[in-house]
Amino acid sequence: MSKSRAITRADTGVNFSLNRVSAMVRRYWYLLRSSWPRILDLIYWPTVQMLMWGFLQLYISQNAGFFARAGGVFIGSVLLWDILFRGQLGFSISFLEEMYARNLGNIMMSPLRPTEFLLALMIMSVVRLSIGMIPVSILAIVFFGFNLWALGLALAAFFANLILTSWSVGIFVAGLLLRNGLGAESMAWTIMFLFLPLTCVYYPVAVLPEWLQYFAWALPPTYVFEGMRALVIDHAFRADLMLEAFAFNIILFAAASFAFLKLLQSARIHGSLLQTGE
Amino acid sequence: MDAQNTSAIAVDRLVKRYKGVAAVDGISFRLLPGTVTGLLGGNGAGKTTTIAMIMGLVTPTSGTVNVLGAEMPRERYRVLHRMNFESPYVDMPTRLTVRQNLSVFAQLYAVADIDGRIASLAADLDLTEFLDRPTGKLSAGQKTRVSLAKSLLNKPEVLLLDEPTASLDPDTADWVRSRLEEYRREQGATVLLASHNMSEVERLCERVIIMKKGRIEDDDTPERLLSRYGRETLEEVFLDVARGRRQSEAAQ
Repeated sequence: MSKSRAITRADTGVNFSLNRVSAMVRRYWYLLRSSWPRILDLIYWPTVQMLMWGFLQLYISQNAGFFARAGGVFIGSVLLWDILFRGQLGFSISFLEEMYARNLGNIMMSPLRPTEFLLALMIMSVVRLSIGMIPVSILAIVFFGFNLWALGLALAAFFANLILTSWSVGIFVAGLLLRNGLGAESMAWTIMFLFLPLTCVYYPVAVLPEWLQYFAWALPPTYVFEGMRALVIDHAFRADLMLEAFAFNIILFAAASFAFLKLLQSARIHGSLLQTGE
Repeated sequence: MDAQNTSAIAVDRLVKRYKGVAAVDGISFRLLPGTVTGLLGGNGAGKTTTIAMIMGLVTPTSGTVNVLGAEMPRERYRVLHRMNFESPYVDMPTRLTVRQNLSVFAQLYAVADIDGRIASLAADLDLTEFLDRPTGKLSAGQKTRVSLAKSLLNKPEVLLLDEPTASLDPDTADWVRSRLEEYRREQGATVLLASHNMSEVERLCERVIIMKKGRIEDDDTPERLLSRYGRETLEEVFLDVARGRRQSEAAQ
């Protein structure tokens, strides 16, 4: 009866295991590298978006004094928005791959813990984001002379805050998918667009009606986009905004994790873990 | 030691209701270590729900499930590495090769010698020549063998099989049954087999639990079931139970 123990290592108990996390990362990496359309998809839209907004900014800057002084605001916004959007999408698509492959039952029946699964998805969101964003950031230098990397430490602070938000949204969407199956798939593709007007990606918060500004300031990315504009236009790094964003991110991440665990619990009660179709 | 501690699987007054409808309605049974038990029943009888609760994928409405001394699903992570399952209702990622899929799951189950274990299973299940082929390019029979290899990666003490030979041709199905018999003999594993294939159950199982509308209608050895219903085959017994014929009527 105990022969299985002879072939498994000691880390099969109740503890968190990085070994299992790396197994899942390996699984997604195998999938990604085996499919050139998946890799192309990571680069295609960020490139199209960056070019479209870059040329629009070029046109406006040639006709308006403010935008001539604020060169890079649009492209910076586009690139940071893509970190937020693609970060969440990278997380959610990796999760959806399990549902498309009807592999979720195998995963949920394995010793993999939910926290390990989520960590693997976070790692894959960074991998997918890097594949898409690094070439696009280089194209931004080539076409428009906008060097995202020159933002240095500020970029690190922007990135950390945006990726944290994207993971929180991704975790919440994963919970919805577990509970509701592929019927909730559209949430994975569209939920982040709710953040687009509210987080003031392309305009200052002051543009919003006063009552809506309270909602905007409750969302961590708002602080990042304001911080980016302060850096590009006024050449001032607003550490206070980044700290506030981080504080809101902690709350958002905790709330999303709690919601995920509750939705997983509900999925077990409603028997939806094996029925991942529509 | 009480019966719950000596059983590999102990199910006690288990109920699962979905929106007021009972999918499983107060069933109890205990499986001794090293035994093979067949779980029979028509569509909607509650077999898959029962297995899902034993795996910890579904939370019971009431009652308890205990596997290898752990209460499911609350204590599932204590024992999941000692269990495994195979079902035609779940697949493995089709773009990954057989070797990649098996190695990912071997790592999830913390198998110590991953390459050695995959090579050994591939040889046993006649998969060696397919190891580096994408799983999606395999035939149904080959995919079933890959799923079976996945379910045996960690040499599970408890193996749950949900229609393991569904959609296989008779030759491949017979071959899969032989491998399962070998595994049980060599490892002394406890196997719970849900199946619609009566000859499979007759061949592999020393005990048969027949479910209908979420309840256990009968529970005995195949020989005693045949004798009590006065039938030649389990299929006839199954039809008697499914159509509500009593043992006395069936025997006439």
